[in-house]
Amino acid sequence: MLNTIPVNSLYVMLAVAGLLVLASLVVYGLKVINHDKDYTELQQRVTSWWWMIGLLFVFLLLGGNYIIAFFGFVSFLALKEFFSILPTRQADRNVLFWAYLSIPLQYYWVSIGWYGMFIIFIPIYMFLFIPMRMVLKGEVDGFIKAAGIIQWSVMLSVFSLSHIAYLLVLPVQNNLAGGAGLVLYLLFMTQLNDVSQYVWGKLFGKHKIIAKVSPNKTVEGFVGSLVTITLVSSVLAPYLTPLNMMEGIVAGLIISSAGFIGDVVISSVKRDLKIKDSGSMIPGHGGVLDRMDSLLYTAPLFFHYIYYLYY
Amino acid sequence: MNRILKILFVLLVLRPIVLIVLGLNVKNRNKLPMNGPAVIAANHNSHLDTLVIFSLYPLSKIHKLRPVAAADYFLSNKLLAWFSLNVIGIIPLSRSGEIDKGKLFSGCHEALDAGDILILFPEGSRGEPEKTGQLKKGIFYLLKDRPDTSLIPLVTHGLGRALPRGEALLVPFNCDVVVGDKLPVPDTSGDLIMILNQKFTQMLNLCPTFHEEE
Repeated sequence: MLNTIPVNSLYVMLAVAGLLVLASLVVYGLKVINHDKDYTELQQRVTSWWWMIGLLFVFLLLGGNYIIAFFGFVSFLALKEFFSILPTRQADRNVLFWAYLSIPLQYYWVSIGWYGMFIIFIPIYMFLFIPMRMVLKGEVDGFIKAAGIIQWSVMLSVFSLSHIAYLLVLPVQNNLAGGAGLVLYLLFMTQLNDVSQYVWGKLFGKHKIIAKVSPNKTVEGFVGSLVTITLVSSVLAPYLTPLNMMEGIVAGLIISSAGFIGDVVISSVKRDLKIKDSGSMIPGHGGVLDRMDSLLYTAPLFFHYIYYLYY
Repeated sequence: MNRILKILFVLLVLRPIVLIVLGLNVKNRNKLPMNGPAVIAANHNSHLDTLVIFSLYPLSKIHKLRPVAAADYFLSNKLLAWFSLNVIGIIPLSRSGEIDKGKLFSGCHEALDAGDILILFPEGSRGEPEKTGQLKKGIFYLLKDRPDTSLIPLVTHGLGRALPRGEALLVPFNCDVVVGDKLPVPDTSGDLIMILNQKFTQMLNLCPTFHEEE
Protein backbone atom coordinates (compact mmCIF):
# COMPACT_ATOMS: atom_id res chain seq x y z
CA MET A 1 0.00 0.00 0.00
CA LEU A 2 2.85 2.35 0.78
CA ASN A 3 3.85 4.48 -2.12
CA THR A 4 7.56 4.58 -2.82
CA ILE A 5 8.59 8.21 -2.79
CA PRO A 6 11.27 9.00 -5.41
CA VAL A 7 14.64 9.71 -3.89
CA ASN A 8 14.87 13.49 -4.44
CA SER A 9 11.43 14.07 -2.94
CA LEU A 10 12.36 11.89 0.00
CA TYR A 11 15.45 13.98 0.69
CA VAL A 12 13.42 17.19 0.54
CA MET A 13 10.91 15.71 2.98
CA LEU A 14 13.76 14.81 5.33
CA ALA A 15 15.20 18.32 4.96
CA VAL A 16 11.80 19.84 5.83
CA ALA A 17 11.56 17.57 8.87
CA GLY A 18 15.04 18.78 9.81
CA LEU A 19 13.89 22.41 9.54
CA LEU A 20 10.99 21.60 11.85
CA VAL A 21 13.32 20.07 14.42
CA LEU A 22 15.50 23.18 14.14
CA ALA A 23 12.46 25.47 14.62
CA SER A 24 11.39 23.52 17.70
CA LEU A 25 14.91 23.74 19.14
CA VAL A 26 15.01 27.50 18.52
CA VAL A 27 11.68 28.01 20.29
CA TYR A 28 12.87 25.85 23.16
CA GLY A 29 16.12 27.82 23.33
CA LEU A 30 14.25 31.15 23.34
CA LYS A 31 12.07 29.94 26.19
CA VAL A 32 15.11 28.94 28.24
CA ILE A 33 17.02 32.19 27.58
CA ASN A 34 14.21 34.71 28.26
CA HIS A 35 11.77 32.77 30.38
CA ASP A 36 9.86 35.89 31.39
CA LYS A 37 8.74 36.48 27.78
CA ASP A 38 5.62 34.84 26.42
CA TYR A 39 6.30 32.52 23.48
CA THR A 40 2.91 30.81 23.47
CA GLU A 41 1.96 31.94 19.98
CA LEU A 42 5.33 31.03 18.47
CA GLN A 43 5.16 27.66 20.19
CA GLN A 44 1.62 27.09 18.85
CA ARG A 45 2.73 28.06 15.36
CA VAL A 46 5.54 25.52 15.36
CA THR A 47 3.37 22.77 16.86
CA SER A 48 0.76 23.44 14.17
CA TRP A 49 3.46 23.20 11.51
CA TRP A 50 4.36 19.76 12.86
CA TRP A 51 0.74 18.68 12.49
CA MET A 52 0.22 20.13 9.02
CA ILE A 53 3.48 18.83 7.59
CA GLY A 54 3.13 15.54 9.43
CA LEU A 55 -0.32 14.93 7.94
CA LEU A 56 0.84 15.94 4.46
CA PHE A 57 3.80 13.56 4.63
CA VAL A 58 1.73 10.65 5.93
CA PHE A 59 -0.69 11.05 3.03
CA LEU A 60 2.13 11.55 0.52
CA LEU A 61 3.59 8.26 1.74
CA LEU A 62 0.21 6.55 1.39
CA GLY A 63 0.05 8.04 -2.10
CA GLY A 64 -2.55 7.21 -4.76
CA ASN A 65 -6.12 8.18 -3.97
CA TYR A 66 -5.34 8.83 -0.31
CA ILE A 67 -3.34 11.95 -1.00
CA ILE A 68 -5.94 13.14 -3.54
CA ALA A 69 -8.69 12.67 -0.94
CA PHE A 70 -6.52 14.54 1.54
CA PHE A 71 -6.40 17.60 -0.70
CA GLY A 72 -10.14 17.21 -1.26
CA PHE A 73 -10.63 17.44 2.49
CA VAL A 74 -8.49 20.57 2.60
CA SER A 75 -10.75 22.05 -0.10
CA PHE A 76 -13.75 21.18 2.05
CA LEU A 77 -12.27 22.97 5.06
CA ALA A 78 -11.43 26.01 2.94
CA LEU A 79 -14.88 26.17 1.34
CA LYS A 80 -16.57 25.75 4.72
CA GLU A 81 -14.53 28.62 6.07
CA PHE A 82 -15.47 30.85 3.14
CA PHE A 83 -19.18 30.11 3.55
CA SER A 84 -18.91 30.66 7.29
CA ILE A 85 -17.24 34.05 7.29
CA LEU A 86 -19.17 35.43 4.30
CA PRO A 87 -22.80 36.41 4.65
CA THR A 88 -25.00 33.76 3.03
CA ARG A 89 -28.77 33.72 2.59
CA GLN A 90 -30.85 31.23 4.48
CA ALA A 91 -32.62 30.45 1.19
CA ASP A 92 -29.38 29.24 -0.38
CA ARG A 93 -28.72 26.39 2.03
CA ASN A 94 -29.46 23.80 -0.65
CA VAL A 95 -27.26 25.63 -3.13
CA LEU A 96 -24.39 25.58 -0.65
CA PHE A 97 -24.94 21.88 -0.23
CA TRP A 98 -24.53 21.42 -4.00
CA ALA A 99 -21.42 23.54 -3.88
CA TYR A 100 -19.97 21.13 -1.32
CA LEU A 101 -20.86 18.22 -3.58
CA SER A 102 -18.64 19.70 -6.29
CA ILE A 103 -15.63 18.71 -4.15
CA PRO A 104 -15.89 14.91 -4.45
CA LEU A 105 -16.65 15.25 -8.16
CA GLN A 106 -13.78 17.60 -8.89
CA TYR A 107 -11.33 15.36 -7.03
CA TYR A 108 -12.76 12.31 -8.74
CA TRP A 109 -11.86 13.84 -12.10
CA VAL A 110 -8.38 14.36 -10.69
CA SER A 111 -8.10 10.77 -9.49
CA ILE A 112 -8.94 9.35 -12.92
CA GLY A 113 -6.72 11.91 -14.63
CA TRP A 114 -9.52 13.33 -16.80
CA TYR A 115 -7.90 16.66 -17.54
CA GLY A 116 -10.63 17.98 -19.86
CA MET A 117 -13.32 17.58 -17.22
CA PHE A 118 -11.08 18.73 -14.37
CA ILE A 119 -10.39 22.01 -16.13
CA ILE A 120 -13.97 22.91 -17.13
CA PHE A 121 -16.14 21.32 -14.45
CA ILE A 122 -16.10 24.26 -12.02
CA PRO A 123 -15.65 27.22 -14.42
CA ILE A 124 -18.34 25.96 -16.83
CA TYR A 125 -20.73 23.46 -15.29
CA MET A 126 -20.77 24.59 -11.67
CA PHE A 127 -20.63 28.20 -12.78
CA LEU A 128 -23.82 27.79 -14.79
CA PHE A 129 -25.49 25.36 -12.42
CA ILE A 130 -25.25 27.41 -9.22
CA PRO A 131 -27.40 30.37 -10.36
CA MET A 132 -29.90 27.93 -11.91
CA ARG A 133 -30.28 26.10 -8.61
CA MET A 134 -30.71 29.47 -6.90
CA VAL A 135 -33.45 30.45 -9.32
CA LEU A 136 -35.37 27.27 -8.52
CA LYS A 137 -35.58 28.49 -4.94
CA GLY A 138 -36.98 31.76 -6.24
CA GLU A 139 -35.53 34.20 -3.72
CA VAL A 140 -34.53 37.32 -5.65
CA ASP A 141 -33.53 39.64 -2.80
CA GLY A 142 -29.72 39.76 -2.78
CA PHE A 143 -29.47 37.28 -5.67
CA ILE A 144 -26.46 38.88 -7.38
CA LYS A 145 -24.41 39.21 -4.22
CA ALA A 146 -25.24 35.68 -3.10
CA ALA A 147 -24.36 34.18 -6.49
CA GLY A 148 -21.08 36.09 -6.50
CA ILE A 149 -20.16 34.88 -3.04
CA ILE A 150 -20.85 31.24 -3.86
CA GLN A 151 -19.04 31.31 -7.22
CA TRP A 152 -16.02 33.03 -5.75
CA SER A 153 -15.75 30.60 -2.85
CA VAL A 154 -16.02 27.53 -5.08
CA MET A 155 -13.53 28.83 -7.62
CA LEU A 156 -10.87 29.61 -5.03
CA SER A 157 -11.26 26.78 -2.58
CA VAL A 158 -12.21 23.93 -4.92
CA PHE A 159 -10.94 24.80 -8.41
CA SER A 160 -7.70 26.55 -7.43
CA LEU A 161 -6.70 24.09 -4.73
CA SER A 162 -7.49 21.00 -6.81
CA HIS A 163 -4.58 21.97 -9.05
CA ILE A 164 -2.23 20.80 -6.30
CA ALA A 165 -3.75 17.34 -6.49
CA TYR A 166 -3.58 17.29 -10.28
CA LEU A 167 0.21 17.75 -10.08
CA LEU A 168 0.27 14.20 -8.70
CA VAL A 169 -1.43 12.60 -11.69
CA LEU A 170 0.58 14.35 -14.41
CA PRO A 171 2.83 11.91 -16.30
CA VAL A 172 6.18 11.78 -14.49
CA GLN A 173 8.94 13.64 -16.33
CA ASN A 174 11.53 13.85 -13.60
CA ASN A 175 11.93 10.25 -12.46
CA LEU A 176 14.03 11.14 -9.45
CA ALA A 177 11.32 13.46 -8.05
CA GLY A 178 7.98 12.12 -9.33
CA GLY A 179 4.61 13.83 -8.82
CA ALA A 180 5.41 14.35 -5.15
CA GLY A 181 8.36 16.51 -6.22
CA LEU A 182 6.04 19.01 -7.94
CA VAL A 183 3.75 19.22 -4.92
CA LEU A 184 6.65 19.65 -2.50
CA TYR A 185 8.22 22.28 -4.74
CA LEU A 186 5.00 24.31 -4.95
CA LEU A 187 4.12 24.04 -1.26
CA PHE A 188 7.66 24.61 -0.03
CA MET A 189 8.30 27.64 -2.22
CA THR A 190 4.90 29.17 -1.42
CA GLN A 191 5.34 28.84 2.32
CA LEU A 192 8.97 29.94 2.17
CA ASN A 193 7.77 33.02 0.30
CA ASP A 194 5.40 33.87 3.17
CA VAL A 195 8.20 33.48 5.69
CA SER A 196 10.79 35.38 3.68
CA GLN A 197 8.40 38.30 2.98
CA TYR A 198 7.87 38.51 6.71
CA VAL A 199 11.60 38.33 7.53
CA TRP A 200 12.70 40.84 4.85
CA GLY A 201 9.88 43.15 5.89
CA LYS A 202 10.87 42.94 9.57
CA LEU A 203 14.53 43.60 8.81
CA PHE A 204 14.35 46.32 6.18
CA GLY A 205 10.67 47.19 5.73
CA LYS A 206 9.99 50.94 5.36
CA HIS A 207 7.68 51.63 2.42
CA LYS A 208 4.22 50.16 2.64
CA ILE A 209 2.85 48.65 -0.57
CA ILE A 210 -0.86 48.74 0.16
CA ALA A 211 -1.30 50.32 3.56
CA LYS A 212 -5.10 50.13 3.33
CA VAL A 213 -5.18 46.36 3.07
CA SER A 214 -2.20 45.16 5.04
CA PRO A 215 0.07 47.42 7.10
CA ASN A 216 2.72 44.68 7.35
CA LYS A 217 3.37 44.40 3.63
CA THR A 218 6.33 46.47 2.48
CA VAL A 219 8.16 47.04 -0.81
CA GLU A 220 11.37 45.81 0.85
CA GLY A 221 9.68 42.62 2.03
CA PHE A 222 8.20 41.95 -1.39
CA VAL A 223 11.40 42.60 -3.36
CA GLY A 224 13.64 40.81 -0.87
CA SER A 225 11.42 37.77 -1.03
CA LEU A 226 11.12 37.94 -4.82
CA VAL A 227 14.91 37.71 -5.12
CA THR A 228 15.24 34.99 -2.45
CA ILE A 229 12.48 32.82 -3.86
CA THR A 230 13.71 33.22 -7.44
CA LEU A 231 17.18 32.05 -6.43
CA VAL A 232 15.99 29.10 -4.35
CA SER A 233 13.40 28.11 -6.97
CA SER A 234 15.99 28.13 -9.68
CA VAL A 235 18.34 25.87 -7.70
CA LEU A 236 15.62 23.47 -6.60
CA ALA A 237 13.78 23.30 -9.96
CA PRO A 238 15.95 20.67 -11.72
CA TYR A 239 16.01 18.62 -8.52
CA LEU A 240 12.24 18.43 -7.94
CA THR A 241 10.58 19.31 -11.28
CA PRO A 242 11.06 18.85 -15.03
CA LEU A 243 12.11 22.54 -15.21
CA ASN A 244 15.72 23.59 -15.84
CA MET A 245 17.36 26.39 -13.86
CA MET A 246 16.31 29.16 -16.27
CA GLU A 247 12.70 27.99 -16.22
CA GLY A 248 13.02 27.71 -12.44
CA ILE A 249 13.73 31.45 -12.28
CA VAL A 250 10.39 32.18 -13.94
CA ALA A 251 8.65 29.67 -11.64
CA GLY A 252 10.14 31.53 -8.67
CA LEU A 253 8.93 34.90 -10.00
CA ILE A 254 5.43 33.45 -10.51
CA ILE A 255 5.25 31.83 -7.07
CA SER A 256 6.62 34.84 -5.21
CA SER A 257 4.42 37.47 -6.85
CA ALA A 258 1.30 35.29 -7.02
CA GLY A 259 1.77 34.28 -3.38
CA PHE A 260 1.84 37.94 -2.43
CA ILE A 261 -1.35 38.62 -4.37
CA GLY A 262 -3.19 35.64 -2.87
CA ASP A 263 -2.22 36.84 0.57
CA VAL A 264 -3.51 40.38 0.08
CA VAL A 265 -6.69 39.24 -1.69
CA ILE A 266 -7.68 37.16 1.34
CA SER A 267 -6.58 40.03 3.59
CA SER A 268 -8.97 42.32 1.71
CA VAL A 269 -11.80 39.84 2.24
CA LYS A 270 -11.10 39.80 5.97
CA ARG A 271 -10.78 43.59 6.07
CA ASP A 272 -14.14 43.92 4.38
CA LEU A 273 -15.71 41.58 6.95
CA LYS A 274 -13.81 43.32 9.78
CA ILE A 275 -12.31 40.10 11.09
CA LYS A 276 -8.68 39.35 11.88
CA ASP A 277 -8.59 35.61 11.25
CA SER A 278 -10.81 33.45 9.07
CA GLY A 279 -11.16 30.86 11.82
CA SER A 280 -9.37 29.29 14.75
CA MET A 281 -8.78 25.78 13.50
CA ILE A 282 -4.98 26.00 13.35
CA PRO A 283 -3.58 27.29 16.66
CA GLY A 284 -1.10 30.14 16.12
CA HIS A 285 -2.05 30.52 12.45
CA GLY A 286 -5.80 31.19 12.50
CA GLY A 287 -8.08 29.46 10.02
CA VAL A 288 -7.38 27.25 7.02
CA LEU A 289 -7.70 30.23 4.67
CA ASP A 290 -5.17 32.21 6.69
CA ARG A 291 -2.65 29.47 5.97
CA MET A 292 -3.73 28.69 2.38
CA ASP A 293 -4.25 32.25 1.11
CA SER A 294 -1.06 32.41 -1.00
CA LEU A 295 -1.62 28.90 -2.31
CA LEU A 296 -5.00 29.86 -3.78
CA TYR A 297 -3.05 31.90 -6.32
CA THR A 298 0.24 30.02 -6.64
CA ALA A 299 -1.29 26.56 -7.21
CA PRO A 300 -3.14 27.21 -10.50
CA LEU A 301 -0.53 29.63 -11.84
CA PHE A 302 2.42 27.31 -11.18
CA PHE A 303 0.42 24.37 -12.53
CA HIS A 304 -0.40 26.06 -15.82
CA TYR A 305 3.17 27.32 -16.21
CA ILE A 306 4.63 23.81 -16.10
CA TYR A 307 1.64 22.37 -17.97
CA TYR A 308 2.28 24.77 -20.84
CA LEU A 309 5.99 23.92 -20.95
CA TYR A 310 5.98 20.16 -20.44
CA TYR A 311 2.61 18.44 -20.79
CA MET B 1 -26.11 2.32 31.58
CA ASN B 2 -27.51 5.66 30.50
CA ARG B 3 -24.21 7.26 31.31
CA ILE B 4 -22.43 4.83 28.98
CA LEU B 5 -24.98 5.49 26.22
CA LYS B 6 -24.44 9.20 26.60
CA ILE B 7 -20.65 8.86 26.46
CA LEU B 8 -20.83 6.61 23.38
CA PHE B 9 -23.22 9.01 21.66
CA VAL B 10 -20.94 11.97 22.32
CA LEU B 11 -17.78 10.12 21.35
CA LEU B 12 -18.99 8.30 18.24
CA VAL B 13 -21.68 10.56 16.81
CA LEU B 14 -21.50 14.04 18.22
CA ARG B 15 -17.80 14.79 18.28
CA PRO B 16 -17.10 13.58 14.72
CA ILE B 17 -20.04 15.66 13.41
CA VAL B 18 -19.12 18.76 15.39
CA LEU B 19 -15.42 18.45 14.58
CA ILE B 20 -15.55 17.53 10.89
CA VAL B 21 -18.89 18.60 9.46
CA LEU B 22 -19.24 21.75 11.53
CA GLY B 23 -16.02 23.04 13.06
CA LEU B 24 -16.12 25.36 16.05
CA ASN B 25 -14.46 28.62 16.98
CA VAL B 26 -14.70 28.60 20.77
CA LYS B 27 -13.98 31.72 22.84
CA ASN B 28 -13.37 31.47 26.61
CA ARG B 29 -13.78 27.71 26.84
CA ASN B 30 -12.16 27.92 30.29
CA LYS B 31 -15.19 29.81 31.62
CA LEU B 32 -17.50 26.81 31.17
CA PRO B 33 -18.74 25.62 34.56
CA MET B 34 -17.20 22.21 35.26
CA ASN B 35 -19.15 21.59 38.45
CA GLY B 36 -22.74 22.18 39.42
CA PRO B 37 -25.05 23.41 40.56
CA ALA B 38 -24.95 25.71 37.56
CA VAL B 39 -27.23 26.96 34.81
CA ILE B 40 -25.96 27.70 31.31
CA ALA B 41 -28.30 30.20 29.66
CA ALA B 42 -27.87 29.98 25.88
CA ASN B 43 -29.47 31.49 22.81
CA HIS B 44 -31.43 28.98 20.77
CA ASN B 45 -31.34 28.59 16.99
CA SER B 46 -31.09 24.90 16.33
CA HIS B 47 -31.18 21.46 17.89
CA LEU B 48 -27.45 21.55 17.40
CA ASP B 49 -27.12 24.13 20.21
CA THR B 50 -27.44 21.52 22.93
CA LEU B 51 -25.28 19.03 21.09
CA VAL B 52 -22.49 21.53 20.52
CA ILE B 53 -22.42 22.38 24.24
CA PHE B 54 -22.16 18.65 24.96
CA SER B 55 -19.17 18.37 22.67
CA LEU B 56 -17.30 21.06 24.63
CA TYR B 57 -17.24 19.00 27.82
CA PRO B 58 -14.81 16.23 28.74
CA LEU B 59 -16.39 12.77 28.64
CA SER B 60 -16.02 12.47 32.40
CA LYS B 61 -18.41 15.41 32.91
CA ILE B 62 -21.13 14.99 30.31
CA HIS B 63 -23.43 12.96 32.54
CA LYS B 64 -23.74 16.15 34.61
CA LEU B 65 -25.19 18.07 31.65
CA ARG B 66 -28.98 18.27 31.65
CA PRO B 67 -30.76 20.23 28.93
CA VAL B 68 -34.11 21.61 30.00
CA ALA B 69 -36.42 20.82 27.08
CA ALA B 70 -40.07 21.22 26.12
CA ALA B 71 -42.09 18.18 27.17
CA ASP B 72 -44.68 18.71 24.43
CA TYR B 73 -42.02 18.42 21.74
CA PHE B 74 -39.44 15.96 23.03
CA LEU B 75 -41.88 13.53 24.61
CA SER B 76 -44.24 13.64 21.64
CA ASN B 77 -43.31 10.20 20.33
CA LYS B 78 -41.87 7.10 21.95
CA LEU B 79 -38.56 6.91 20.14
CA LEU B 80 -37.74 10.60 20.59
CA ALA B 81 -38.84 10.43 24.22
CA TRP B 82 -36.61 7.43 24.93
CA PHE B 83 -33.65 9.08 23.23
CA SER B 84 -34.19 12.44 24.92
CA LEU B 85 -34.63 11.01 28.40
CA ASN B 86 -32.09 8.20 28.36
CA VAL B 87 -29.32 9.26 26.02
CA ILE B 88 -29.42 13.06 26.20
CA GLY B 89 -30.80 13.18 29.73
CA ILE B 90 -33.22 16.07 29.28
CA ILE B 91 -35.33 17.50 32.05
CA PRO B 92 -38.78 17.80 30.49
CA LEU B 93 -40.55 21.09 31.10
CA SER B 94 -44.22 21.66 30.50
CA ARG B 95 -44.98 24.68 28.34
CA SER B 96 -48.76 24.41 28.54
CA GLY B 97 -49.09 26.48 31.73
CA GLU B 98 -51.38 23.91 33.34
CA ILE B 99 -48.89 22.89 36.01
CA ASP B 100 -48.63 24.88 39.21
CA LYS B 101 -45.67 27.34 39.21
CA GLY B 102 -44.21 25.78 42.34
CA LYS B 103 -44.04 22.32 40.82
CA LEU B 104 -43.02 23.38 37.32
CA PHE B 105 -39.33 23.40 38.16
CA SER B 106 -39.24 20.48 40.57
CA GLY B 107 -37.21 18.39 38.10
CA CYS B 108 -34.75 21.23 37.63
CA HIS B 109 -34.33 21.74 41.38
CA GLU B 110 -33.72 18.04 41.93
CA ALA B 111 -30.98 18.06 39.31
CA LEU B 112 -29.40 21.23 40.70
CA ASP B 113 -29.48 19.71 44.19
CA ALA B 114 -27.57 16.76 42.77
CA GLY B 115 -24.90 19.16 41.45
CA ASP B 116 -25.88 18.95 37.78
CA ILE B 117 -25.29 21.60 35.12
CA LEU B 118 -28.52 22.68 33.45
CA ILE B 119 -28.65 23.94 29.87
CA LEU B 120 -31.52 26.35 29.53
CA PHE B 121 -32.74 28.31 26.53
CA PRO B 122 -34.59 31.37 27.83
CA GLU B 123 -36.02 32.03 24.34
CA GLY B 124 -38.14 28.93 24.85
CA SER B 125 -38.12 27.95 21.18
CA ARG B 126 -35.65 27.95 18.33
CA GLY B 127 -37.72 30.51 16.46
CA GLU B 128 -36.46 32.20 13.34
CA PRO B 129 -32.94 31.08 12.44
CA GLU B 130 -30.13 33.28 13.75
CA LYS B 131 -32.46 35.78 15.43
CA THR B 132 -32.67 36.01 19.20
CA GLY B 133 -36.32 35.93 20.22
CA GLN B 134 -38.07 37.38 23.27
CA LEU B 135 -36.54 35.91 26.43
CA LYS B 136 -38.91 34.23 28.91
CA LYS B 137 -38.95 34.88 32.63
CA GLY B 138 -38.91 31.27 33.83
CA ILE B 139 -35.16 31.30 34.33
CA PHE B 140 -35.55 34.03 36.96
CA TYR B 141 -38.07 32.03 38.99
CA LEU B 142 -35.79 29.02 38.84
CA LEU B 143 -32.76 30.93 40.11
CA LYS B 144 -34.17 33.51 42.53
CA ASP B 145 -34.09 31.30 45.61
CA ARG B 146 -30.92 29.46 44.68
CA PRO B 147 -27.84 31.47 45.64
CA ASP B 148 -25.79 28.25 45.38
CA THR B 149 -26.30 28.08 41.61
CA SER B 150 -24.08 29.98 39.20
CA LEU B 151 -25.54 31.44 36.01
CA ILE B 152 -23.32 31.40 32.93
CA PRO B 153 -24.42 32.97 29.63
CA LEU B 154 -23.37 31.23 26.41
CA VAL B 155 -23.89 32.29 22.83
CA THR B 156 -23.67 30.24 19.66
CA HIS B 157 -23.75 31.58 16.15
CA GLY B 158 -24.04 29.81 12.82
CA LEU B 159 -25.92 26.73 13.98
CA GLY B 160 -29.17 28.19 12.69
CA ARG B 161 -27.51 28.28 9.28
CA ALA B 162 -26.28 24.69 9.56
CA LEU B 163 -29.57 23.18 10.75
CA PRO B 164 -32.46 25.61 11.21
CA ARG B 165 -35.89 24.75 12.58
CA GLY B 166 -37.93 22.58 10.28
CA GLU B 167 -35.04 21.52 8.03
CA ALA B 168 -33.56 18.03 7.81
CA LEU B 169 -30.55 18.87 5.62
CA LEU B 170 -27.42 19.61 7.62
CA VAL B 171 -25.20 22.04 5.70
CA PRO B 172 -21.61 22.38 6.95
CA PHE B 173 -20.68 25.72 8.51
CA ASN B 174 -18.09 26.75 11.03
CA CYS B 175 -19.90 27.91 14.13
CA ASP B 176 -18.95 30.19 16.98
CA VAL B 177 -19.35 29.57 20.67
CA VAL B 178 -18.70 32.32 23.19
CA VAL B 179 -18.82 31.60 26.92
CA GLY B 180 -19.48 34.57 29.18
CA ASP B 181 -18.62 35.46 32.78
CA LYS B 182 -20.76 34.26 35.67
CA LEU B 183 -23.77 36.58 36.09
CA PRO B 184 -25.35 37.77 39.34
CA VAL B 185 -29.11 37.23 39.65
CA PRO B 186 -30.85 40.61 40.19
CA ASP B 187 -34.01 41.20 42.24
CA THR B 188 -36.57 41.30 39.45
CA SER B 189 -37.26 39.15 36.41
CA GLY B 190 -37.24 42.22 34.15
CA ASP B 191 -33.70 43.08 35.20
CA LEU B 192 -32.45 39.58 34.57
CA ILE B 193 -33.97 39.53 31.08
CA MET B 194 -32.40 42.89 30.35
CA ILE B 195 -28.94 41.76 31.54
CA LEU B 196 -29.17 38.52 29.57
CA ASN B 197 -30.22 40.38 26.43
CA GLN B 198 -27.30 42.78 26.77
CA LYS B 199 -24.85 39.92 27.32
CA PHE B 200 -26.15 37.95 24.34
CA THR B 201 -25.77 40.96 22.05
CA GLN B 202 -22.27 41.74 23.34
CA MET B 203 -21.15 38.14 22.97
CA LEU B 204 -22.66 37.77 19.47
CA ASN B 205 -20.51 40.68 18.35
CA LEU B 206 -17.42 38.67 19.33
CA CYS B 207 -18.29 35.97 16.78
CA PRO B 208 -16.21 36.09 13.58
CA THR B 209 -19.11 34.69 11.54
CA PHE B 210 -21.59 37.28 12.85
CA HIS B 211 -22.50 40.18 10.58
CA GLU B 212 -24.04 43.40 11.85
CA GLU B 213 -26.80 43.57 9.27
CA GLU B 214 -28.36 40.27 10.40
